[in-house]
Amino acid sequence: MYDFKTLYEASSVEDALRLRKDHPKALVLAGGSDILIKLRGEEISGCELISIYALDELRGVCLEEDGSLLIRPLTSFSDITMHPLIKQCVPVLGEAVDQIGGPQIRNIGTIGGNICNGVTSADSASTLKAYDAVLELASFEGIRILPYAEFNLGPGKVDLRPGELLTGIRIPRESWEHTYGEYIKYAMRRAMDIATLGCSVNVRLTADKQRIDRLRIAFGVAAPTPVRGRTAEAAAIGHALDAALLDIVGEGSLADVMPRTSWRASKEFRLHLVQELARRATIAAIGKAGGTIND
Amino acid sequence: MTRKTVTCTINGKRREFSIDVRSSLSEMLRGEASLDSIKHGCDVGECGACTVLIDGRPFNSCIYLAVWAEGKEILTLEGLTDTKGTISDIQQAFMDEGAVQCGFCTPGFIMSSIPIITSDTPASREEIRKQVSGNLCRCTGYENIVNAIEKTQKKRIEERKGSGKK
Ligand code: FES
Ligand code: FES
Repeated sequence: MYDFKTLYEASSVEDALRLRKDHPKALVLAGGSDILIKLRGEEISGCELISIYALDELRGVCLEEDGSLLIRPLTSFSDITMHPLIKQCVPVLGEAVDQIGGPQIRNIGTIGGNICNGVTSADSASTLKAYDAVLELASFEGIRILPYAEFNLGPGKVDLRPGELLTGIRIPRESWEHTYGEYIKYAMRRAMDIATLGCSVNVRLTADKQRIDRLRIAFGVAAPTPVRGRTAEAAAIGHALDAALLDIVGEGSLADVMPRTSWRASKEFRLHLVQELARRATIAAIGKAGGTIND
Repeated sequence: MTRKTVTCTINGKRREFSIDVRSSLSEMLRGEASLDSIKHGCDVGECGACTVLIDGRPFNSCIYLAVWAEGKEILTLEGLTDTKGTISDIQQAFMDEGAVQCGFCTPGFIMSSIPIITSDTPASREEIRKQVSGNLCRCTGYENIVNAIEKTQKKRIEERKGSGKK
């Protein structure tokens, strides 16, 4: 038996919002691959749960009229990887979440749960950050639209206010169009492992494919929360596709990260990974965009 | 303690259980339905010994609320044998290939292999390994498990081709 006190099963989004309002202390249970596991220990025993897992209205991916890609939060990792619109607009997101856990975890784990947990190692987080995802947070007060960039407040802490529920994750058209990305997860094992470091890069090249029009880069486990490498991004704009670009991205990335030493890896090794993964992911993203790096 | 009635289909039969809402699906399947192929290995989603198919896809039943099974179609290892109790080709292949030693992990591995052996697209050994990467085995060293799955997948694809031609 899981050691929780009460289970409230939401029957609709509206019902879930009412439950959120009436039971402010209750935890929101999506796929449960974090909460149900924690309930096998003592950390959160005796808690109240609001299960939203049965709400199919919160599943799926679609393109909106303005070209925004809308991902509903309960979409499982495997559904994201297999979805034709993800393959078409942000294949790198499907590739990133395909590296989480194993098949069983990818069938139960949800993208909304992954980002609402607020952990820095979430494999979907760096790619969503690097694509300037925008969150839709619903409550009885109305809908709050928040850039995902502002969502993480600290380790395991996110800007989800009392009564609110994440109901959508959007990637605007301008953000995915003509844009190609690569995610590299560095972990000790090829499955069932948490990233030692994760790096997601995407590029949009100029029409002649000779220069960077836009480069965005984000890291997981390089700071208390997933972070963007704004310094590297600014330096890369308009840069030619050459070895100097890779140095700029690699070294520039160091300016925005502050990894720590944990039992998985030392701070020094993580700093090395930041530079190296930034370079490698940039090379791969440029390749996908049809560019070549001249030395 | 709150109880709830859960109705679902298990191995093709409609079943109804009155359960404590705090139960996991593994507890319902092993405890209430007496399906002993479900193992309580780690109980935290690490080892895959509790793997069942829910609507055709593998899930760890130890980290799945029993109440979520409402209306779902569940397949366990017991559902692979025919009405006379004859085991299926994949089970036989595990025996023939020496893919079973203590046997604790076997039901989970076999359930994880179902999407591969029922697919028309042949999976490489690498893809088979990825598909069973959520299952741990302390005994066999995995090689024979991959052999058994690969062999059954090939055999089934051949069979389907054969029956398609007729
Ligand atoms: S018992 Fe469920 S994954 Fe180990
Ligand atoms: S045969 Fe013993 S754990 Fe796999």
